[in-house]
Amino acid sequence: MNVLVLGVGNILLSDEGAGVRVIEALQERYDVPETVAVVDGGTCGMDLLDTLADRDHLIVVDAVHTGSPPGTVVRIDGRDIPAVFRTNATPHQLGLQEVLAKLILLERAPARVTVIGVQPACLDLGLALSEAVARRIDDILRLLIAELPGIVLRPDGRVWPTAAELIA
Amino acid sequence: MAMRITIDPITRIEGHLRIDCEVDGGKVVNSWSSGQMWRGIEVILKDRDPRDAWIFAQRICGVCTTVHAIVSVRAVENALKLKVPLNAQYIRNMIIAAHGIHDHIVHFYQLSALDWVDIVSALKADPKAAAAIAQSLSDWPLNSADEFAKVQKKVQAFVDSGQLGIFGSGYWGHPAMKLPPEVNLLAIVHYMQALDYQRRANQIVGILGSKTPHIQNLAVGGVANPINPESQSTLTLERLYKVKTLLDELGGFVQQVYLPDVAAIGALYADWTAYGAGVTTMMAVPEMPLDTRNTQFALPGGFIPAGDVGRFQAMANFSDGFFEKGVKESAKHAWYEGSGEPLHPYDGETEPKFTGFEDDAKYSWVKAPTFNGERVQVGPLANVLAMYAAGHEPTKRNLGRLLSIAAKVGGNELPLSALQSTIGRHAARAVRCAVLTETLAAQWDLLMQNIAKGDYATFNAPSFPKGEIRGFGCHEAPRGVLSHWTVIKNGKIANYQAVVPSTWNAGPRDENDALGPYEASLIGNPVADPERPLEVIRTVHSFDPCLACAIHMIDGSGEIARIKVL
Repeated sequence: MNVLVLGVGNILLSDEGAGVRVIEALQERYDVPETVAVVDGGTCGMDLLDTLADRDHLIVVDAVHTGSPPGTVVRIDGRDIPAVFRTNATPHQLGLQEVLAKLILLERAPARVTVIGVQPACLDLGLALSEAVARRIDDILRLLIAELPGIVLRPDGRVWPTAAELIA
Repeated sequence: MAMRITIDPITRIEGHLRIDCEVDGGKVVNSWSSGQMWRGIEVILKDRDPRDAWIFAQRICGVCTTVHAIVSVRAVENALKLKVPLNAQYIRNMIIAAHGIHDHIVHFYQLSALDWVDIVSALKADPKAAAAIAQSLSDWPLNSADEFAKVQKKVQAFVDSGQLGIFGSGYWGHPAMKLPPEVNLLAIVHYMQALDYQRRANQIVGILGSKTPHIQNLAVGGVANPINPESQSTLTLERLYKVKTLLDELGGFVQQVYLPDVAAIGALYADWTAYGAGVTTMMAVPEMPLDTRNTQFALPGGFIPAGDVGRFQAMANFSDGFFEKGVKESAKHAWYEGSGEPLHPYDGETEPKFTGFEDDAKYSWVKAPTFNGERVQVGPLANVLAMYAAGHEPTKRNLGRLLSIAAKVGGNELPLSALQSTIGRHAARAVRCAVLTETLAAQWDLLMQNIAKGDYATFNAPSFPKGEIRGFGCHEAPRGVLSHWTVIKNGKIANYQAVVPSTWNAGPRDENDALGPYEASLIGNPVADPERPLEVIRTVHSFDPCLACAIHMIDGSGEIARIKVL
């Protein structure tokens, strides 16, 4: 299995960067086997073409607008993914959906895509997550770990960032 | 009677841009450019350590991460008057060149070719005849009839399966689409190859920048790449030779595919040399520093008044005051507080005041910058004309080659002034890209020669004085002049402003109500079908707009049957 965990979002806009913050926590707390690549994709688009190519499983962690209460965690998988990427005009025209489309064209698209998302509470300027999102980081990580084979908690792994640190 | 068209948002660009036009008698008679521009970096950076500024600055935009990182360290180094070791300059220059090449290839093929190329028409082409045209333009080995037939079949399969949408919102069958089926097929074949070749540029950025998509090797004072020809964990000879292989392959694609394609497609759309000139006063900054103090550059820059290359004024270096003193920004037509008096970036203010879209008042989040009181166009066209005016040999040679291919295909010699147009901006970008492939190779040679001399230095440690210092960094980015401005007090950032290329080009009317470059370029544009304003999109896309809204949230509120809410 060749898995990519991709955290996306803009860390300058508080909860918009939730995906990146989850990736940071994953790398800090867990030993990730070589078969799992963990990448902070930021708000990049076409730059990620190579990173995403030929993956058995792509797991995207991102802020996802579902209209649910802030902090609501969602897991979107399989046949629902194209709908997420195709039916909605995100502000990023060169975003992930564009890259995935190009990979389909090149016949190098990931075999399977899962999105793990969280409904943001705050998109204001700032590096800290809102309390509503910060306190779901552990839940998001648990959901993410369940997707990943062979991942172990680091024996000395301190819990980072703590919710208190994230909302400081 | 005049008719109003609003395109909101313009697709296939980064960020959110709205364009309004008044069309009368099949032509644009007035226009407004309204953008959502990132305006908050100063809030994030205030009171931070200036050495960390670039890490945050590179998150402003998803396309331009590298350029914001580079210009940020330059701004702080400028404030400190800090020397940058030669190796660091060469490594940065190679990253800049590779990033620029990537950006230009993606812009032409993936983001704007479909404004000119009709995929549906390409399906009717004879692959043999199409390959023959390609072979007449260059010796590219992937121009075989077999390759063309293979791609045509693949595209046909996509169209049959209803996946044409993958190519983005194309205007198939629009009356302004004029290429013969064979040339459309040629462009589609190279569109697919571009997807493969652009990756090589990114791989170079990844090797030198230690990581992709966000480079990690920068530092105020140099780069964090220890050079050790033997050690595996550093920038080894093996890695440097990998870069060499990649840059050679990339150079082949640009010289044999990208440049000839733009020349040929441009010649077949020669009528588009008459539209889109807009603001012809232009500015570019020198790039690719060759010494530790930023006084000598591989690529020249300067100012061209009213498009007259004969009156070119060279900008000698980053510290001669020419650029630093001339820049101001007006918020008269932008949604900010203030008197509307133009302010220098060091004194820039960013107090939002949204009032709705008002044609004669405020209508954009982008401010209107001026240089010595004038609107200027920035970007590859300004860059190429400035380098041409400065007598830069690789620029003159590559431009000459492009114009001669265009003359051969179109049967007409095109004057230099033809570049000041919608299609000319694409031509200039291809020339710049070809120059960058040569620069990349030259910087690789310089780095290797310097290492061979035993110089492994990559970093000079900065130290911050008590009191206030100011500095600016500028960079000739893929979309034109980018500058960051910083005021540092007692070692902490007190003010930070970014004046980005799309501010120069996409800005609204200024304090004298003069039109910005996007706006001015649209006046006189033909519009055959106001319901499908392809011609307006062509001119806007020719600038390579990038209005980094910096938002990347997935919207999952569509018709999704099985969202599992936890």
